[in-house]
Amino acid sequence: MSHISAIVTDVKSGARTARSYVEEALKKAEETEAYHALLSLTSERALKRADEIDVRVAAGEDMGVLAGVPFVAKDNFLAFGAPTTAASKMLENFDAPLQATAIEKLEAAGAICVGKANLDAFAHGGSTENSAFGPTKNAIDQTKVAGGSSGGSAVVTALDVVPFALGTDTGGSIRQPASFNGVVGIKPTYGTVSRYGVVAMASSTDTIGCFTKDMADAELVMDVMSGRDRNDMTTLPDFFAPMTSVKPAQKIGLIKDFMSDDVDADVRARTNEYVEKLRAAGHTVEEIDMPIAKYALAMYYIIVPAEVSSNLARYDGIRYGHRAEGVRTLAELYGKTRDEGFVTENKRRIMIGSFVLSSGFFDAYYQQAQKARTLLINAYDELFAKYDVLVGPVAPTPAFGIGENAEDPVKMYLADIMTVPPSLAGLPAVSVPAGTNNAGLPIGVQLIGPRKSDANLMALARSMEEK
Amino acid sequence: MTQISSDDVQRLAQLSSLQLADSEADSLAADIENILGYVQQLAELDTTGVEPTYQVTDLENVWRDDKVIESAVAREQLLALSPESHDNQVKVPKVL
Repeated sequence: MSHISAIVTDVKSGARTARSYVEEALKKAEETEAYHALLSLTSERALKRADEIDVRVAAGEDMGVLAGVPFVAKDNFLAFGAPTTAASKMLENFDAPLQATAIEKLEAAGAICVGKANLDAFAHGGSTENSAFGPTKNAIDQTKVAGGSSGGSAVVTALDVVPFALGTDTGGSIRQPASFNGVVGIKPTYGTVSRYGVVAMASSTDTIGCFTKDMADAELVMDVMSGRDRNDMTTLPDFFAPMTSVKPAQKIGLIKDFMSDDVDADVRARTNEYVEKLRAAGHTVEEIDMPIAKYALAMYYIIVPAEVSSNLARYDGIRYGHRAEGVRTLAELYGKTRDEGFVTENKRRIMIGSFVLSSGFFDAYYQQAQKARTLLINAYDELFAKYDVLVGPVAPTPAFGIGENAEDPVKMYLADIMTVPPSLAGLPAVSVPAGTNNAGLPIGVQLIGPRKSDANLMALARSMEEK
Repeated sequence: MTQISSDDVQRLAQLSSLQLADSEADSLAADIENILGYVQQLAELDTTGVEPTYQVTDLENVWRDDKVIESAVAREQLLALSPESHDNQVKVPKVL
């Protein structure tokens, strides 16, 4: 499928109809069913919306900067036209009574949601293997994982089903699958895009972003989605404006701590090549030390489960979602509903959250992690006093095999070690395709900037695309 | 290192309103012990006098007027989402 701007030009000029683009996306979705990237299609609603747009375009109306562009949303975004499941049994039949603000904004700009993508249930995981409905397969090698938790969204973008897909990124859930499937992945500054109508995971690091094939498309999508929402009091006043040209001669720090021998040799090689390209483009790249970074994963797996245990308390079988049958007391109803509705990883995180928040352990775990988080943020502040951007790999390896890490949660968590630090500090970070290993598996490089420097990161990455 | 037994897991499950099968509790005990073992490395960091960070927006008390905001979602729609409702109310099993 074409790039976003080409689709919009076609639709607005009448060269092609919005319906033809939606039909093309739906056809590709069916042809690529074997990847299990999508949990549902919103065909009926999508075609109806496309026809409406075509009629109004023909009548001379301006249908917006994304007129007729089909997209896919991760299935933790509340959307009309299909259930919103969060890839869980808990919400298997949940018909959203409203749509996420992000989706409303995209629709107001003329975009058309055509389907809902697979994820790790409730976005807990880094491989999409924790979906209650089965894993998504990697777009390049079907024996490998899609990455996660936004695996389905990354794969539909890589397979060119749609020009963009929405994801959520709490600790790497957009950047890591983008790296594993060879597409662009954007995790904005915390607070850039409203989370209203998106299934909450960890409220202090949850962000909304997108997958695209290139930076220009990502800039268009983020520009539409960003801005304050009265329904999400953590949103920032709109600061995001794509830059027409890249700031020259930037000072960039290469994070040495993530280039050690235990990182895959191809990942290091592709990262070093990207660094050389940055230098050739006139930027300065220096190696930097960030000793606190290796502790970020431990902070994350205290803070996030704590917030998960609290956010997932709402799934009690009372007001909506799954309710267990054959129970006699309220306690039994809660217990059995939650046992049946959650996958093992959900339970693991909820119980770790209960542990680190319980009296006797609170200071040693939760409080210590939040203090360590301050140290991490201070370390970033010091680095960004000297550097415009930090660069490093997205993940220690390319996509691993399906089932390979499934039995060892700690090993699975280690795949997040490079994406988690900017999440805890609320920083913007983008995942940029940087080549492949010998087997053809994609490898991504991560660019990280200070808060609200999203536009600079994207302009810098865009300027490197042709090099 | 913190030892986590099956009984500990069942206690955590109870705190979390989760009714676990014994077989699942056994495997979760090992997982949780490993994860807590991993995160204990934070004890190496000196955080004396360091303030905790709970949020990263720099926003403070975002006020709004104390007015009822019309919801786009009707009461009937919300009630229809509940597994069981009766007389305009959500129905639950008896509590006591």
